[in-house]
Amino acid sequence: MNHPIFTHLDALESEAIHIMREVAAECGNPVLLFSGGKDSIVLLRLAEKAFRPGRFPFPLMHIDTEHNFPEVIAFRDRRVNELGERLIVRSMEDSIKKGRVVLRSETQSRNAFQSVTLLDAIAEFRFDACIGGARRDEEKARAKERIFSFRDEFGQWDPKNQRPELWDIYNTRTHPGENIRVFPISNWTELDVWEYIARERLEVPEIYFAHYREVIRRATGLLPVSHLVQPQAGEKIEQLMVRFRTVGDMSCTCPVESHAANVDAIIAETAMTRITERGATRMDDQTSEASMELRKKEGYF
Amino acid sequence: MLDSERTSLAQSELLRFITAGSVDDGKSTLIGRLLHDSKSIFEDQLTSITHTTRKRGSEGVDLSLLTDGLQAEREQGITIDVAYRYFATPRRKFIIADTPGHEQYTRNMVTGASTANLAVILIDARKGVLTQSRRHAFLASLVGIPHLVVAINKMDLVEFSQSVFESICDEFAVFAQKLDLRNVTYIPMSALHGDMVVERGDRLDWYQGVTLMSLLETLSIEDDINREDFRFPVQWVCRPHMPELHDFRGYMGRIESGSIKVGDHVKVLPSGLSSRIKEIRVYEGALAEAFAPQSVTLTIEDQLDISRGDMLTKAEETPRVTKNFDAMLCWLSEQSLDLGRKYLIKQSTRIAKVIIDQVGYRVDVNTLVHEDVSVLKMNDIARVTLKVQLNLVCDDYARNRATGCFIVIDENTNNTVAAGMIMPT
Repeated sequence: MNHPIFTHLDALESEAIHIMREVAAECGNPVLLFSGGKDSIVLLRLAEKAFRPGRFPFPLMHIDTEHNFPEVIAFRDRRVNELGERLIVRSMEDSIKKGRVVLRSETQSRNAFQSVTLLDAIAEFRFDACIGGARRDEEKARAKERIFSFRDEFGQWDPKNQRPELWDIYNTRTHPGENIRVFPISNWTELDVWEYIARERLEVPEIYFAHYREVIRRATGLLPVSHLVQPQAGEKIEQLMVRFRTVGDMSCTCPVESHAANVDAIIAETAMTRITERGATRMDDQTSEASMELRKKEGYF
Repeated sequence: MLDSERTSLAQSELLRFITAGSVDDGKSTLIGRLLHDSKSIFEDQLTSITHTTRKRGSEGVDLSLLTDGLQAEREQGITIDVAYRYFATPRRKFIIADTPGHEQYTRNMVTGASTANLAVILIDARKGVLTQSRRHAFLASLVGIPHLVVAINKMDLVEFSQSVFESICDEFAVFAQKLDLRNVTYIPMSALHGDMVVERGDRLDWYQGVTLMSLLETLSIEDDINREDFRFPVQWVCRPHMPELHDFRGYMGRIESGSIKVGDHVKVLPSGLSSRIKEIRVYEGALAEAFAPQSVTLTIEDQLDISRGDMLTKAEETPRVTKNFDAMLCWLSEQSLDLGRKYLIKQSTRIAKVIIDQVGYRVDVNTLVHEDVSVLKMNDIARVTLKVQLNLVCDDYARNRATGCFIVIDENTNNTVAAGMIMPT
């Protein structure tokens, strides 16, 4: 028998579609977390492949730090419009007003506090499953996380007490108040994501491509100048050709110097790159060796 | 995917494998070597592990630290769970399930093995075939991993001796005969120095076989999936209720094995009703034919009552439809099996109540001796008889991994407490 070549992208795609359909069928009230970043853009295409010609059997939700790049928010809204699906936005500003998040300063990174707003939103809508775009190659703690990752009533992840996950039979059961985080692209690498974006001709926010930007050079990396990041004494603003490998909180997401102006150039650069995605671009992951593990235990994505 | 969209993009296949062995066998060093020599270690990871090596009072870079994930593990210097690693060569993409080889972690190895195409079992050339090597081989055969590599490591510490290598191969082969292992390759190596991992090196000239990397890159995995029996468990029924698709009813799911063409006669199980395939749809359009493991949407000629949990099969290749069967069960929970109690079983897309009626025997994973027991504890492997409340549509695990496996869930805690493989009647 002659089979068409089933490439690694075909295999990863089929696995992710299978996972999404399991969530839709078995979870009572799922939601897909969409930030406008490249991984969640891939999730949307996978959801289209899983459920079209029908509608998505879940809404989309964005936990907005209000420290987002304006280009990404504009992209988010445009993409949701094209899809004709429902988007819920819950903003950290609300959590701050309610006193649930207390910041030391206006410009402090808000990444870690997303958990509070997310957990509040989960409680508000009684979501029992959140589909997210996390990947195991991003970080050491993620490498050990299940595809269906169970969280207790406090939204916490217990790495020592995970449900065994065998074959591709997923245990989706929860008690009221508990929920599951589901990561359909767990097995994808950064390169796989870009190859898929190329293959599917997916649009991504402009800030992923090389552009001139005002930045400040700090020990942890380059930082984009904005209302949140201003030069301190002795620092100077430089105009550099950069691109972002992740899009998160503007106060702590570092661009890398690059001339990659299109997807093919990014693929070439990613295949050659010598620094991990989070290592290069997320100051909050560098603070301690276990930063991600600690944040996940607190209910982070 | 349409063929026209595939041009100029990566055409490499995905291979999943597991590594079994203890830290002492050099397992972490081997993984570190594969990642390092395929240039998959990043600078910041290297910096981080150099830092940790120094903090622990050692010198240089301990490659094994790359695979230590969690803070809890690093503090105790142990590996507590399955970790997944990724690397690629120009020929293939790889997923490694890194499973600790420690005695009480049978459940982790079974977990990592369940999706693997291949297992690498590490043996320390100085120590030969140990109890744990036998255990790893047994588990690999139990879970039906299609390909096995016996990596006889630390050859540098036995002066690259051919006779040491051969006597270990002979000893392993005697044990392997008792198991259902289809495809075993023996490779002498030194993971520390790199001989026969990616490069051949020049100290094992007497060995004519392949390097580990070359085997990983070229091994045919095409037939690791059952290509004969069409199995399509319905995951989700698509009824859009849109004006232009008023009567549309699409059965969504993944082809678990075999293949299907438009016009093929299909049988719906467990009901036994028949119809023909009208369309095979994917997002990009319609296909004339589809193969495992593609995720597709099928429509049929007749209006039948089909829902999640049903399976489409070809009329001439039918599976078993049964409420009673025997299985090999691996108990995964700290809470022992309660014979006669109601649990839940999830097999394919069907969930039902189940009673584990009887334990035939427990297998001593080190000696393969069958023992009479009435209780199953964590890490026990046993042949059991099950009674299910509803009919399941299934195959013998040995014939079809995808439709012959199941999990058992404790209804009170919602934990996954066992993994099972259906045995022939």
